[in-house]
Amino acid sequence: MKKDIQELEKIASQVRRDIVRMVHGCQSGHPGGSLGCTDFLVALYFGIMKHDPDFKMDGIGEDLFFLSNGHISPVFYSVLAHSGYFDKSEMATFRKLGSRLQGHPTTHEHLPGVRIASGSLGQGLSVAIGAALAKKLNHDNSLVFTLHGDGELQEGQIWEAAMFAPHNRVDNLIATIDVNGQQIDGPTSAVLSLGDLRAKWEAFGWDVIDMPGNDMAGIINTLEEAKRRSGNGKPIAILMHTNMGHGVDFMMGSHKWHGVAPNDAQLKLALAQLEETLGDY
Amino acid sequence: MKKYTYTEKKDTRSGFGAGLLEAGKRNDQVVALCADLIGSLKMNDFIKEFPERFFQIGIAEANMMGIAAGLTIGGKIPFTGTFANFSTGRVYDQIRQSIAYSGKNVKICASHAGLTLGEDGATHQILEDIGLMKMLPGMTVINPCDYNQTKAATIAIAEYEGPVYLRFGRPVVPIFTPADQQFEIGKAWLINEGTDVSIFATGHLVWEAIIAGEKLAEQGINAEIINIHTIKPLDNAAVLASVAKTGCVVTAEEHNRLGGLGDSIAQLLAVNNPSPQEYVAVNDSFGESGTPEELMKKYGLDSDHIVSAAIRAIARKMPVLKDLIEG
Repeated sequence: MKKDIQELEKIASQVRRDIVRMVHGCQSGHPGGSLGCTDFLVALYFGIMKHDPDFKMDGIGEDLFFLSNGHISPVFYSVLAHSGYFDKSEMATFRKLGSRLQGHPTTHEHLPGVRIASGSLGQGLSVAIGAALAKKLNHDNSLVFTLHGDGELQEGQIWEAAMFAPHNRVDNLIATIDVNGQQIDGPTSAVLSLGDLRAKWEAFGWDVIDMPGNDMAGIINTLEEAKRRSGNGKPIAILMHTNMGHGVDFMMGSHKWHGVAPNDAQLKLALAQLEETLGDY
Repeated sequence: MKKYTYTEKKDTRSGFGAGLLEAGKRNDQVVALCADLIGSLKMNDFIKEFPERFFQIGIAEANMMGIAAGLTIGGKIPFTGTFANFSTGRVYDQIRQSIAYSGKNVKICASHAGLTLGEDGATHQILEDIGLMKMLPGMTVINPCDYNQTKAATIAIAEYEGPVYLRFGRPVVPIFTPADQQFEIGKAWLINEGTDVSIFATGHLVWEAIIAGEKLAEQGINAEIINIHTIKPLDNAAVLASVAKTGCVVTAEEHNRLGGLGDSIAQLLAVNNPSPQEYVAVNDSFGESGTPEELMKKYGLDSDHIVSAAIRAIARKMPVLKDLIEG
């Protein structure tokens, strides 16, 4: 089941193709953050997490993942489809009327692989803590992973959750923050500075690890290290340093592609940079 | 007319505390969360019996709602406890996305609802919570009337799959429903049969409606009194059957007249059987400090106001009836 680095990179290339094709297909959605977090989600679902594509909501005995920054739904849907939760062809329905692949992920349409609605930011860490506490009550030793945007840390609920988890020794939780320095209105440093994120999370009592976010080997090594550090009384926060739009040169490093779809010419340019490894949907 | 008496008064929040303990004994998946109001929510007995199944969240209600949603994923049945204001308005988006839209089996248990919280004043006296919660698709909204019914409702919602808002209060009120009742979600409870006016009351106003019924009887008016403990889903059949018989309506609730029980009944009747209706509710205002009794009187939520509303409602139907019959 677990794959080597080269195989993971191949999957990531296909996932990036799916992302730009999905967003182009409905002329809406969020390609920038999706592309930046592709390597992480591929590493998680194909290299790190113990999970079963025969979806059961309770996920007992499985590692769970919660996407808190729900707007990067394209990367989530592609990774779920390639994991076997649903057929790849369903990606063609993304954001279209009647689709299970809603603009932001939801359980409402019963899409396998999704355990909570997200999109309104700041809520996923609390939900993940609840799921992690349930695992402890169920004597289930598997882990709970999350992903958050760095802009999302401007939501107050995140810090309520950040205070709760160390106090209650929620040490089966690995929260990753996509530190791309961008949000809709511009760089986070201009919109609302996040300051020293390591110092902040450490001050709240988390075990903090930095991770290169667009280097597959680096991601796998860091996530393995995070797993080793779990169960030691502290929740784990990973500061994942990514390039927004990674993999498509004209989308990289700018907030401009946060929520903009490529036109036909831009799609062609983007796909030329991304190898089709597993077959387009 | 059935005469209701009581030997004891208790707060409905204590009914919640007793029900939570019982629900916890019956099902080991029941867990409880509280945002720094254990004593106010009467959760101590549950915590003593099941310390490992209780989570002290601190003063962080948004986090509490999210954690509750997450706990359901592992099969738990979480009961959150805080004041009604902090259970609804403060955390509306968390409830909307993580609980209601996500279809999570969370029981949002809210004490100190309405004016009868008393001296703390309007910052804490939410009068909009029924409206906020009933507008969420899939949310069940329950407002029981006394200690026994709140206890029974708490046990019943643990056995029901889906998000529930359970609203109760702080003051002691007469216990007049049976201790051994089976609480049926969504089933209106007939207090007294009558023919002249239908009085639909919820929560603390049910006892006031009973007193009002006695006062009306002294004036020769035969009121039908129905306890609507479940505001959503509303027992449409019971409401329509009663109004078909009486032809006019009084609704009574410790809530803003906008968005509460009265509006649910008005909407049902507007579509099916338009009828004169009088509201006993707070008239689109905030509350203020005072004793519960003073506030209920000042804001028009006592038995005397129900009596005058009933007389108004009857007067409004009479000319119409007279015209039709004599015309």
